[in-house]
Amino acid sequence: MVQYILKRFLYMIPTLLAVSIVSFIIINLPPGDFVDALIAQRRAESGENVTPEEEVGLRKFYHLDQPLPVQYVDWITGIILEGDFGMSLRWNRPVDQLIWERLAMTFALSLSSMLFIWVVAIPIGVYSAVNQYSIGDYLATFVGFIGLAIPNFLLALVLLYISFRFFDQSVGGLFSPEYIDAPWSLAKVADLFSHMWIPMVVLGTAGTASLIRTLRANLLDELRRPYVTTARTKGLPEYWLLIKYPLRHALNPFVSSLNDIFVNLVSGATIVSIVLSLQTTGPLLFDALRNQDMYLAGSAIMMLSVLTVLGTLFSDLLLAWLDPRIRFS
Amino acid sequence: MSTLQTATPSAAALDSNKTDESIAVVANQWQLIWWKFRKHKLAMLGGSVTFVIYFVALFADFFAPFPPNAYASNYTYAPPQQLHILDQTEDGLRLQPYVNGYKVEIDYNAGRRNFVVDPEVKIPVGFFVEGEPYKILGLIDANIHLIGPLHADDPMYLLGADRLGQDVFSRTIYGARISMTIGLVGVAMSLVFGVLLGGISGYFGGWVDTLIQRVIEFLQSIPSIPLWIGLAASIPVDVPPLQVYFLITIILSVIGWTGLARVVRGKFYALKSEDFVKAARLDGCSSLRIILRHMVPSFLSHIIAVVTLAIPGMIIAETSLSFLGIGLRTPVVSWGVLLQEAQNIRAISTAPWLFWPGVGVVIAVLALNFLGDGLRDAADPYA
Repeated sequence: MVQYILKRFLYMIPTLLAVSIVSFIIINLPPGDFVDALIAQRRAESGENVTPEEEVGLRKFYHLDQPLPVQYVDWITGIILEGDFGMSLRWNRPVDQLIWERLAMTFALSLSSMLFIWVVAIPIGVYSAVNQYSIGDYLATFVGFIGLAIPNFLLALVLLYISFRFFDQSVGGLFSPEYIDAPWSLAKVADLFSHMWIPMVVLGTAGTASLIRTLRANLLDELRRPYVTTARTKGLPEYWLLIKYPLRHALNPFVSSLNDIFVNLVSGATIVSIVLSLQTTGPLLFDALRNQDMYLAGSAIMMLSVLTVLGTLFSDLLLAWLDPRIRFS
Repeated sequence: MSTLQTATPSAAALDSNKTDESIAVVANQWQLIWWKFRKHKLAMLGGSVTFVIYFVALFADFFAPFPPNAYASNYTYAPPQQLHILDQTEDGLRLQPYVNGYKVEIDYNAGRRNFVVDPEVKIPVGFFVEGEPYKILGLIDANIHLIGPLHADDPMYLLGADRLGQDVFSRTIYGARISMTIGLVGVAMSLVFGVLLGGISGYFGGWVDTLIQRVIEFLQSIPSIPLWIGLAASIPVDVPPLQVYFLITIILSVIGWTGLARVVRGKFYALKSEDFVKAARLDGCSSLRIILRHMVPSFLSHIIAVVTLAIPGMIIAETSLSFLGIGLRTPVVSWGVLLQEAQNIRAISTAPWLFWPGVGVVIAVLALNFLGDGLRDAADPYA
């Protein structure tokens, strides 16, 4: 097992390196750079013109005059050696100050959506499989399909509309106004949870739908096995018979799809957060990209990818722990 | 083996009401697939709806009452009108479709004009009426629309109007064109990469396989939406719409091909050691011929199913990107572009009908999912 864990950790290194390179390439794709954006903004705001000499000075100041590979190496060595993600050119603050809290929020949101998915999908999936072709089963399938078909942002919008129209409350954001800048306290955590459920439901729906279908199909396969009949003739109570063997078998693909779901959650959280204006990485990244705030955008994309790579690692380890066949292959 | 061209008796019995057991029945694989598919009611429904959507999109000029960019600034945010088929007049019921007109109410609190449907005013509408001229499929001149007001200047907003007084109904129909084809083009592009790279990976194996698999794993480990947002944000603002369209499809297939490549590789791997492939190799067929003539046909049905299931994801992705304002932009009309109008709570609380393009998305995605599910089940008719 130790060997397996070590191997997985070593595999992660090239992936992370590739992630950082791709992030850097993406943020350098747009034509022009931050200085161009800055000059355009100044011209629009105050009609002030920037002389070519000043432009060169600005580029030098932001280290944008170096060739790209040099900029990349500077950036990545800063991150690895000093944990320095560079400056956000727009906010004029170190990127890590901006990003950590939001990243933690993204993680909290994705994780709680994950728990939501499990809590909802496992019982419904089991029910659907045990009562195949019942009204409840059809209902679950139907709701599941709808959940798959509605784009996250649309669901978020509809919920926004419903809560605004019928409950007369605004659901945007993760905190009530009085808690936004307040220090962390129990009351603030409670406030967070009272706001978290809408994004949680929005993010969780698609995942729930696909997990219900997977679990149902797997469990149905297992329930037809002879060992179930054997257990039943032996007189094992029905619920115990279900939980003891078939469910455990059926949960295996569940764990292996964990990482896909987590990647999807982190990814989906980006768009839902923009719609619901949540304090996660999504809106920050979106703004940064629009303003060509390259270090902020690059760090955001990179850290989101790191988050999913870690999620993959976690689910692989969990799977290896559950299933010896993987550990020893 | 699924590549056998003659039906086994049990498979032929699938259609027992048509065949006589005394006659040897030879059904080819596609026929068997069709028979199996036909039994899947939901898939048939999904297939029909998909067909209808593509059909409407193709002849959008006919089905939409107005051109996509026609606006009427004096009817901003006009609510939807109900279409009445029968007219209750003093002489009794008469077959004369009509919609009600509008009257203006001033909302002093919000300080704006609101349109409300006025039951007193009847605007006669008709089917197959003459309207704005267009070209069928870009070739034949025509000016007949499925439905429209009898007097061209009368307002008719079956699904309401947006901020500029544009007809949401017409625009949703035109939106289907872009939204539904972007899925097709994106999937087609993914398919080329997927089959090529997945095929190479599975057929040759070895280090090529390892390399391609690592690349796929890597691409799948990057959260797709941040990646798409990053790539889409790098499209300059002044790029012409048609190019944006193709750039978006390319961006979507950056991730899209990986799933297809996985499936293709798996199939190649499984088929490589089959007897019929070995036989072809012993016959001296070239690699290309073995792949195209012997292997691809045997899993083509699977590919079609996987491709169908990949389209909805593309549609949702395009809609999401355009909604954020970094995908397609006006004057292009796609469902995502239309949903941009519904971006803030103020707009959707005044005009909830701006959600209609979203309904289009949901129906299209559902239909394609059902169709794909059915195709996947039918892809292996011997199972």
